[in-house]
Amino acid sequence: MTDTTQLAIVKRPLRWGRVLDHLVLILGALFMLIPLLMVLQTTTTTDLETIKNGPELVIGDQFDDNFMSAMFQASGFSGENTGIQMLINSLILGIGFALGKIAIGMMAAYALVYFRLRFATFAFWLIFTTLLLPLEVRILPSYEIAQKLGLLNTYTGLIVPLIASATATFFFRQFFRSVPEELVEAARIDGAGPVKFFIDILVPLSQTMIAAMFIIMFVFGWNQYLWPTMVTTEEGMYTLVRGIKQLTQDLEGTNIPKYGRANMLALIAILPPVLVVIFFQSWFVKGLTESDK
Amino acid sequence: MAQVSLQNIRKVYPNGYEAVVPTSFDIKDGEFVVLVGPSGCGKSTLLRMVAGLEDISEGVLSIGDRNVNHVDPADRDIAMVFQNYALYPHMTVRKNIGYGLKNRKIAASEIEAKVQVAAKMLNLTDFLERKPSQLSGGQRQRVAMGRAVVRDPALFLFDEPLSNLDAKLRHQMRIEIKALQRRLGVTSIYVTHDQVEAMTMADRIIVLNAGRIEQIGTPAEIYHRPASTFVASFMGAPPMNLLKADCSEKRVILKGNVAVTANAADGPIVLGIRPEDIEVGEACDIPFTVDIVEELGAHRLLHGQLDGQDLTIHVGKDVAVSAGPIRISINPDAVVLFDAETGLAL
Amino acid sequence: MKRAGFATRWLPILLLLPQLAIIALFFYWPAAHAVQSSFYLEDPFGFGSSFVGFDNYTHLAGNSEYGRIAQFTLLFTVLVTFFSLALALLLAVKADNVIRGAKMYRTLLMWVYAVAPPVAGFIGLLMFNQNWGPLAELAKSFGWDFKLGVNFGDTATAMVLVSVWKQVPVNFIFFLSGLQSIPKSVREAALIDARSSFRRFWDVTFPLLAPTGFFLLIINITYALFDTFGVVDVLVKGEPGNNPMTLVYKVYVDGFRGNDIGGSSAQSVILMVLVLALTIFQFRLVERRIHYT
Repeated sequence: MTDTTQLAIVKRPLRWGRVLDHLVLILGALFMLIPLLMVLQTTTTTDLETIKNGPELVIGDQFDDNFMSAMFQASGFSGENTGIQMLINSLILGIGFALGKIAIGMMAAYALVYFRLRFATFAFWLIFTTLLLPLEVRILPSYEIAQKLGLLNTYTGLIVPLIASATATFFFRQFFRSVPEELVEAARIDGAGPVKFFIDILVPLSQTMIAAMFIIMFVFGWNQYLWPTMVTTEEGMYTLVRGIKQLTQDLEGTNIPKYGRANMLALIAILPPVLVVIFFQSWFVKGLTESDK
Repeated sequence: MAQVSLQNIRKVYPNGYEAVVPTSFDIKDGEFVVLVGPSGCGKSTLLRMVAGLEDISEGVLSIGDRNVNHVDPADRDIAMVFQNYALYPHMTVRKNIGYGLKNRKIAASEIEAKVQVAAKMLNLTDFLERKPSQLSGGQRQRVAMGRAVVRDPALFLFDEPLSNLDAKLRHQMRIEIKALQRRLGVTSIYVTHDQVEAMTMADRIIVLNAGRIEQIGTPAEIYHRPASTFVASFMGAPPMNLLKADCSEKRVILKGNVAVTANAADGPIVLGIRPEDIEVGEACDIPFTVDIVEELGAHRLLHGQLDGQDLTIHVGKDVAVSAGPIRISINPDAVVLFDAETGLAL
Repeated sequence: MKRAGFATRWLPILLLLPQLAIIALFFYWPAAHAVQSSFYLEDPFGFGSSFVGFDNYTHLAGNSEYGRIAQFTLLFTVLVTFFSLALALLLAVKADNVIRGAKMYRTLLMWVYAVAPPVAGFIGLLMFNQNWGPLAELAKSFGWDFKLGVNFGDTATAMVLVSVWKQVPVNFIFFLSGLQSIPKSVREAALIDARSSFRRFWDVTFPLLAPTGFFLLIINITYALFDTFGVVDVLVKGEPGNNPMTLVYKVYVDGFRGNDIGGSSAQSVILMVLVLALTIFQFRLVERRIHYT
């Protein structure tokens, strides 16, 4: 920004302001990154090494061993919560939640925006009131209902109650409203009915929005903690994030704490959503900043 | 091909707002009718009712000999070109043009043949695989036209199709659309707020204001014999000069004691005269002071005041005039007189 | 609704049905149930419950422990909100300044968004490990014997730090997108009108960012109140004891562990009212936001 105030002929002095900018950014990046690097380092050494020396600047050779033990050993009594099983459960939760939320949200938003519906305003308020209260404040009664319906320790019980808020519906409603009016009119003249218009025109048109929503919802679903903690008690149903608490309790045990395995599991819990966010950054940022406005 | 008939068509919105008062007119087979008026005059509402995109509150609409009041837009045998083109952004030009046919369950080979014909007609053959975002404004406009042409409809509906184009392209497309319509002979209703489009394209113009028809007529009739002061000031750029004056004993006295014969009752009156129907010259009878000269190359516009009212005069490029006093005269044959209260022509 | 909406009757109802069914079952029913339970006292041995009116509420009002937790939650919320907003704003302004490496900085500063709160808490446990945690070592070198999970103040410090670490990226993303949406012409006008970059920031950039800031303020308060559950739960290692905790954690501890359904529900209702007030406040701001642009 300062460039324009200077004449090009004058030799540009070293701009300390710019150096400071970079310095602050590098410090900020390190603040974010160092904890992850520490976790990463401890997954490459033996547990004894970690206990003796703590995290070091050396990369050890135990990564494979730690990875195998994280993926295929169970920490609980049942022997069912291996890393691989928890990873599968996390994927089911993340993907199932994202897909369910998008499908239900798009359908509801389509009904609200594109149809002449007598009770549309009422349905709108009914749906959007759910934005007001997070799951955390109604957690106990939600648990009781899941229990009554026999949904404890099922994927349905894990996923469906989390879908009971209207974020995706709201997002798609905003987007549909911004779609030019004439498109549906042109489609009607072209002989497309409501179902055809939705499938032929609206869904393909929403591709970017769907992708953005999917990323946000996948991360949101993957990272759920409180609800899975309550609704899954069988170890075979644990997600990686749900399993974190068990890891901390392992580290408190009298035996040699298995840092390598625990940290590896934490790493596996971190990486998929982080990679998704990094690789699909522009979609993700678009979805985030446009949905919350 | 079909004639269109509107009988007492009326539009009232649920909130009670009457967008179109009961309106009737007929359109002949193959005729190009332009609905023109300022924004909010009801012209688009009328068009959308014909298209079936808007419910008709009252009245009877027929296309061909069929009453279509309650017929779905897709089944009215119409095609429509929208202001922002309304192309499907994720489909190629080919698919955009063919989508309506596909929904009518027409065989793929037949669709392809029809798309090719339409594309050739509109010079789009090289662009069939492109998406709308890869096209220029003029090309998108052509695709929108292609989508209409390919359906071979009984009626074309145009909703301000040129208002998103720049002036040069608009001029070119005006001619293309008119030529195409001539060639295909399809009955057309064209909505615009641009009086130049109305004048140049229409077989007949319908001027609308505040939900009612002000005048129906050929471009020449509308221009030279406006039915109201509204039409007089809306059609033509610059518009018709409207001078408030008094009529007594069948004469209107202007500045310099010049009298214009007027077949009207005594009292206040509005005198209308087109800028080009005022003559400038030494021998003329009305003194006039030019305040501003607008140089437009092919002609000049002189602005000043007569009897304290704005007056614009159109002179050819050969008439050299500069700001200052001149003399003018009004061609009495070109004068249109309006009722001062109702604004209707006498 | 679109001008030319479809008039089909059954389809929109069908489209809305899944959404309405889920929110009825997992939103309205639990929320109503929470309100209802808050007026009842549940027998600890499961022999029914009795109506006690506002007893659960008055009991809370007189409960000094609840008061202390409320106080801590307030302090915690203020600290987390302030530090994560301030840090994010600083980083966003710097990231907006630089051209070289802008994309890399953006990635490095936002990936933590995708880390689950309990996993962030787990990393906190490692960083503050009594024996070898890098941050505990750092504190030790200043003569601060950091005892996570034992010393109230130390645990609280770790909670704030971890929560800030986790929240900076969201704020960063919003601030940066807010900065980037300031029209170039406005920046250039400011460049001509004000010599000092500090003045330009306070007189032009900051006021234009204010709507984003207000919006984020609410988001951050909600985050500190609810989404930090995972951080708190992991950092106290599931052993509340004398450790600091937030109001949401208290709801969970009393309701799920202590089986005090009535008291827990009353706490839920109090939180509901709190969120409701915040959200209504936010909606009013969003309305204002529209006037800004």
